[in-house]
Amino acid sequence: MLLSAEAMHIPDGFLSFFVYMLTWIISILLVGYALRRVGRDLDERQLPMMGVLAAAIFAGQMLNFAIAGGTSGHLMGSALAMILMGPWAAILIMTSVVSIQALIFQDGGLLALGANIFNMGIVGVAVAYMVYQTIIKFSGKNKKGVLVAGFSAAWISVFIAALFVALELVVSGTSPARLAFPAMAGVHALIGIGEGLITVGALTFMLSARPDLILGEQTSRTGARLVWLTGLILAVVLVIAAPLASSRPDGLEWVAMQTGFIDQAQASFYQIIPDYLLPGVANEALATIAAGLLGILIIAGVGLGVAYTRRKGKFFGS
Amino acid sequence: MHIHFLDPYQSGSSLIHNTDARVKLILVLAFIFATALIPVGAWAVYALLLVIVLASEFLSGIGLGYFLKRATLALPFILAALPLVFTIPGIPLFGFTIGPWDFSASSLGLERFASIALKSWISIQMAVLLTATTPFPDILVGMRSLKIPRLLVAIFGLMWRYLFVFADEGLRLLRARAARSGVSENPGLRSGGTISWRAQTTGGMAGNLFVRSIERSDRIYAAMLARGYDGEIRSLPQMKMQSFNWAVLFLGGVIIGLVLALSILVGN
Repeated sequence: MLLSAEAMHIPDGFLSFFVYMLTWIISILLVGYALRRVGRDLDERQLPMMGVLAAAIFAGQMLNFAIAGGTSGHLMGSALAMILMGPWAAILIMTSVVSIQALIFQDGGLLALGANIFNMGIVGVAVAYMVYQTIIKFSGKNKKGVLVAGFSAAWISVFIAALFVALELVVSGTSPARLAFPAMAGVHALIGIGEGLITVGALTFMLSARPDLILGEQTSRTGARLVWLTGLILAVVLVIAAPLASSRPDGLEWVAMQTGFIDQAQASFYQIIPDYLLPGVANEALATIAAGLLGILIIAGVGLGVAYTRRKGKFFGS
Repeated sequence: MHIHFLDPYQSGSSLIHNTDARVKLILVLAFIFATALIPVGAWAVYALLLVIVLASEFLSGIGLGYFLKRATLALPFILAALPLVFTIPGIPLFGFTIGPWDFSASSLGLERFASIALKSWISIQMAVLLTATTPFPDILVGMRSLKIPRLLVAIFGLMWRYLFVFADEGLRLLRARAARSGVSENPGLRSGGTISWRAQTTGGMAGNLFVRSIERSDRIYAAMLARGYDGEIRSLPQMKMQSFNWAVLFLGGVIIGLVLALSILVGN
């Protein structure tokens, strides 16, 4: 997985409860805010455009090019969506892409969807916006400036999003910090170059075919200082934290341990309950037997259900 | 060639197919949530979860092979958890040396790794079951009833509607590129330009796709206007749930509740 962009989609089972909940809360708050912003500033025409562009990004992720040794580069698309539609709409577009990938194609888990929306939808878009706007501010909105800004925005969106994947895995206690960070950073620094080159190719094409899409000023693109600041904070925090964490993993492992305590608290909760759960069955052996009986009951119930509906199915000829 | 094969829905008329999408969505989410709550190393509970998943798959009337095939999708990610086997301190099971590094696997690490892999495998199978037995428009209706914002569901719906159109466009672009690219039969001769050139060509294709999609969205907007669109997103009223679906929801809830209760019992 470390060799492809698919490493971005975290499946279910890999994060701790704490990380699931935290990323869901952040994602719901920010996507909710983006929905309000877009709902307020929405030009009616943009609703079909967001849906269709999300579909196009999904299809664009199919396009690939051979690198070497059977590996291939392809697109994540956060930066391109942001350049075309502005940050708020791009957050919604990437949220849709990531959600549909999880819901329909099991590319990323359902419970991990909060984390995946956060990594690709929010982090990817915010840092891309921060870099793109900053470079455009200095270079002006001309062809060369747009291409340089587009490449940098695409590269950093992949790089920082990948570091957040590593951070979530480390805090969940799924990957050790001194391995996850260098591996994800190293591989995605390269994948980011692929993303950057594809983005430059796409921008070059659009600049000659429909320059108004890139150079035109759209209302949704303005007033996103919050996104700019978020992007800056996310990027700075990780760029400082990641090398520190991989050279001196104590800090993050401490965080993992703290959240591990939550898991352990959960486990001890499991340990305490049996003594109180079934009054009179304080005996450990009896509790085990009760547990076994409960298990057999569930299995028998499920099995009977299957047998019953099968038999019924024959009568109704389904 | 059309890319309908992308749609994972497998038509059928089984019990699972006939259950209301809202019920399935809630139960699948609850099941995956419960799976995440089960502590590391509770093997008996994992076995139970697996039995429930397999039974549901069997009930759906779709071959088990379909689920096993789709569930391998998350497999590569397991690599991310593999180092745990060697980094968690504990009683060493086996060890080996590669160059300057010593690896020793601990039973604790192995237990944690196997738990993660198993939980992930069980969860993804349940998600596959949901999409294999529920047409996506029904899932959208289910999302509305779970109070997911109307605007977001509308974007999901539009995206789904045009997904296949653009996947077709993408395939046509790929075919056109293949048709214009020569490949030498001599494996020593590299075909194509530099990596950067190839990436830019692919980028041109992506840009082409986006321009087409934006121009198509203008036509879609015009068509929506022609049909009375006024900026307001309207959706059909929710259908009433039949008593059968309430029964399934109740039973599913009871099973998940029992499994959680059992995991508490086994936890000691």
